[in-house]
Amino acid sequence: MTAVAELMDYAEVVERFDPVLGLEVHVELSTNTKMFCGCENVFGGEPNTHTCPTCLGLPGSLPVVNGKAVESAIRIGLALNCEIAEWCRFARKNYFYPDMPKNFQTSQYDEPIAFNGYLDVTLDDGEIVRVEIERAHMEEDTGKSLHVGGATGRIHGAEHSLLDYNRAGVPLIEIVTKTIEGTGERAPEVARAYVSALRDLLKALDVSDVRMDQGSLRCDANVSLMAKGATEFGTRTETKNVNSLRSVERAVRYEMTRQAAILAGGGSIKQETRHFQEADGSTASGRTKETAEDYRYFPEPDLVPIAPSREWVEELRGTLPEMPAVRRKRIQQEWQLSDAELRDLLNLGAVDLIAATVDAGATPAEARAWWVATLAQEANTREVELDALPITPAQVAEIIALVNSGELTNKLAKQVATGVLDGEGSPREVVEKRGFKVVNDDSALLAAIDEALAAQPDIAGKIRDGKVAAAGAIVGSVMKATKGQADAKRVRELIIERVGS
Amino acid sequence: MPTISRDEVAHLAKLARLAVTDEELDVFAGQLDQILDAVAQVGQVADQDIPPTSHAVPLTNVFREDVVKPSLSQQQALSGAPAEEEGRFRVPRILGEEQ
Amino acid sequence: MTDLIKLTAAELAEKVQKREVSAVEVAQAHLDRIAKIDEHVHAFLHVDAEGALAAARAVDEAETPASPLAGVPLALKDVLTTTDMPTTAGSRTLEGWVPPYDATVTRKLREAGVVILGKTNMDEFAMGSSTENSAYGPTHNPWDHSRIPGGSGGGSSASLAAFEAPLAIGTDTGGSIRQPGAVTGTVGVKPTYGGVSRYGLIAFSSSLDQAGPCARTVLDAALLHEVIGGYDPMDSTSINAPVPPVVAAAREGMKGDLKGVRVGVVKEFAGDGYQAGVTRSFEAAVEQLRALGAEVVEVSCPAFTLALPAYYLIAPSECSSNLARFDAMRYGLRVSDDGTHSAEEVMSLTREKGFGPEVKRRIMLGTYALSSGYYDAYYGSAQKVRTLISRDFDAAFEKVDVLVSPTTPTTAFKIGERVDDPMAMYLADLCTIPSNLSGNAAMSVPSGLSDEDGLPVGLQIMAPSLADDRLYRVGAAYEVARNDAAGGALIHQVPELGGKA
Ligand SMILES: [Mg+2]
Ligand SMILES: [Zn+2]
Repeated sequence: MTAVAELMDYAEVVERFDPVLGLEVHVELSTNTKMFCGCENVFGGEPNTHTCPTCLGLPGSLPVVNGKAVESAIRIGLALNCEIAEWCRFARKNYFYPDMPKNFQTSQYDEPIAFNGYLDVTLDDGEIVRVEIERAHMEEDTGKSLHVGGATGRIHGAEHSLLDYNRAGVPLIEIVTKTIEGTGERAPEVARAYVSALRDLLKALDVSDVRMDQGSLRCDANVSLMAKGATEFGTRTETKNVNSLRSVERAVRYEMTRQAAILAGGGSIKQETRHFQEADGSTASGRTKETAEDYRYFPEPDLVPIAPSREWVEELRGTLPEMPAVRRKRIQQEWQLSDAELRDLLNLGAVDLIAATVDAGATPAEARAWWVATLAQEANTREVELDALPITPAQVAEIIALVNSGELTNKLAKQVATGVLDGEGSPREVVEKRGFKVVNDDSALLAAIDEALAAQPDIAGKIRDGKVAAAGAIVGSVMKATKGQADAKRVRELIIERVGS
Repeated sequence: MPTISRDEVAHLAKLARLAVTDEELDVFAGQLDQILDAVAQVGQVADQDIPPTSHAVPLTNVFREDVVKPSLSQQQALSGAPAEEEGRFRVPRILGEEQ
Repeated sequence: MTDLIKLTAAELAEKVQKREVSAVEVAQAHLDRIAKIDEHVHAFLHVDAEGALAAARAVDEAETPASPLAGVPLALKDVLTTTDMPTTAGSRTLEGWVPPYDATVTRKLREAGVVILGKTNMDEFAMGSSTENSAYGPTHNPWDHSRIPGGSGGGSSASLAAFEAPLAIGTDTGGSIRQPGAVTGTVGVKPTYGGVSRYGLIAFSSSLDQAGPCARTVLDAALLHEVIGGYDPMDSTSINAPVPPVVAAAREGMKGDLKGVRVGVVKEFAGDGYQAGVTRSFEAAVEQLRALGAEVVEVSCPAFTLALPAYYLIAPSECSSNLARFDAMRYGLRVSDDGTHSAEEVMSLTREKGFGPEVKRRIMLGTYALSSGYYDAYYGSAQKVRTLISRDFDAAFEKVDVLVSPTTPTTAFKIGERVDDPMAMYLADLCTIPSNLSGNAAMSVPSGLSDEDGLPVGLQIMAPSLADDRLYRVGAAYEVARNDAAGGALIHQVPELGGKA
């Protein structure tokens, strides 16, 4: 469709230019109801079944603010070290688009509820970058359009479109950073780390599902370049549709190499919206902003101002959970992890799962072993994120407890986990259904041991000569004979007893 | 106060999604000019330090509880639709891009 | 039975309650009247005979009356949503639209057993002072068919003066209840902003719009005020306070004593531009108030002279945004959807076709006033003027209990006389606008006929916010005194209709 853009080698880009970033993140709140009406706030559903006069923008309808959304906005603001406005208003942002029922978005303009904050972001090597937050404000989401008749269901070439307003009016918090400068070659990494840290924070606050794949967390990346030594910002582009952490990093990196090539060739950057293309990691030109949009903002007359009392703000501050960064520090100490180990757990998305498994009774080492080895592999084969596996930390702890009590061997325990993942029920149910029962009856084991020793007469001698490792072969035979339902440790003890006696 | 030109009227019409005719452009240019002239006297307070009033009644913090209320049925939601398809509002092709 | 249509709402309610007459008979008498004469008046856009009779039947079958107005017919301005009748707001763009929800006012009327006869004509989206801007043709003033019945609620005021209904609902953004009341010799009240829910009222200018009662007597207006007033959680600007005791105040006023009441005559609303007969009628009314024992003083409200310009910036600005939703996507008119036009083009073509010239003019004006370069000079300044006007009211109400002025500078003008001169048309609201900008309560009560043209004149009474009861006390006292002096209610001097075209 579009000509392949010329790109500059990344090393050269960072040698010649300083990147300047600005990140805008939209977060859908996981309130029960929408921002301004009592319709249920759920993802999906039959089209246009979660709508009412207000979120359809019917003539005569009026908005009423969801108090819980305001509470979430304030908590997010506080967690981002923001000041909370003593008094602020909603404003109307006027522009026409079919997915927006009123043809204005009820948003906030020059009076955001939270402003002037920061978020400390830890990079892979442990370096901490402080990202300054300009503002966090409340607004509403739009409906969803389905494009019919085009080749790929995309907007271009479509014959007509179909609109579903179930998502219209879902509460959004828009979090805008100040310009992020001085990150040099690490700009793409900083962008990714920022969105990742923000995601963790929002998750800890329990205010959003933060599912980038479902659009409940969306990032727009503003990127511009300054030639080394320049004092003024370059023209920026705004890349939308960046729907995963990896994409954030790729999009920033791509824009840097694309813009650098243009600037180096004597060209100039068009101020425009660009779209991230998941397939090849490139960005494509969207609408050019010839003139600044004229949104004709004005205070929303249908809603009264919000004046959060300082008492309320402090009360909400008291509800903030331990911040993810602090928690990580604590966990690292408690679990005695090296920086590298912690980073691996974080990359795997295993920290919360392990912590929850520990809370359910396992030791950190046991929990870690399960999530990092067995379950991470399962997630890999099933091609899902670790936290999307259909097993709960409590269930993992239960399996660990069964092993510790001797009711399951490690080998059986893994099969139980697979059973749970396959939807066979709770660990106990899987044990029962599959008839797993560790053979604890010594006489049955002794019979099997005798049989195995008789089949391999030279081994008994070796053991008697002190070559205890030779017992392994007998253990193997016994395990085979008992179909794995024997406790290998006990079998080994019995063999040594038997041979020695 | 600036007088409003025909081009400016055309720009406003575009912003407001009104496919005005050439004839209307002239009429509106004249009338808007006349009205703006008449209302321009509010400008006399522009540089005065007076707090603006956006709401007649000084209420604050009017919130709703986060409790689900029944929505309209799909049929009710679509009852006024000029066109519908598969439970959705059918609209002409959208130029441009998703926001 | 024809007498029924000449009775007041209070009288009708009493007869229905005492079972002297059935609600069905009352409804039928008014439906007959409408059938007979509305072709000459054109007060109604839609009459729902079946629905009205069914509602009346329910009143007759009820053991106890649902309210003091149970069984009384009413004409509803077509700007409030109704699930059983189309709601057009006088616009082509909403022709035939049947809303899936009732306005709160509609619901309260139904719950009170008020019998809704139909929907009344109005200036398109309530923009106008003559009802000539209706897409469905003008309404004629029952006093003189060649003249306007006021606007935007000309259908409601005309239905009262033509004895088609004893009660009506209007909405008042800049005077659209009071000015039609004045020019048709009827009573109209704009309650305190926030006193009556706006939920289901198709917005013209959200910060100014207020629904209110229209009637032929002050007491009837009070009875209706108590039915429709009160807190509504669906409207964020609704005041959470009891409805002021307006009925008690009206009954108190009817005793004819205004001793101790301080009345301020607004100095700025006199002189050039005021028809001599209007001025004389006003002066006589002030004398009458004095005779009732009121203490009359002159009060200056200098900022009131800026009210009209401020209004013609604020109302169009808000309307440009409020009317953006009429875009042919979800409801209402759609033209040129022939497969060759984009959504944006269909929006523009439909809005061009569906809106009349006054609506387009105000949308353009508002779009201009909100534009980034002009906001401060126009919208911003207008909001400062709004503050000054409220301050003038506050200062005045320190000294007096109510303010008075003529409701409108002239009597009903000829249909067609001002259509091509927007500024001349706008002058009709000169005296009514300040109360919309400040949100306080105001009433128009008939003050007799202008001596030079024999047409009705209105006395405007203004009271502080939430002191609506003062209007009723003063208005009722004046009404009784004037009727006594004139030998009967003004409304009975309306020429007999029917034969005359
Ligand atoms: Mg936004
Ligand atoms: Zn809704």
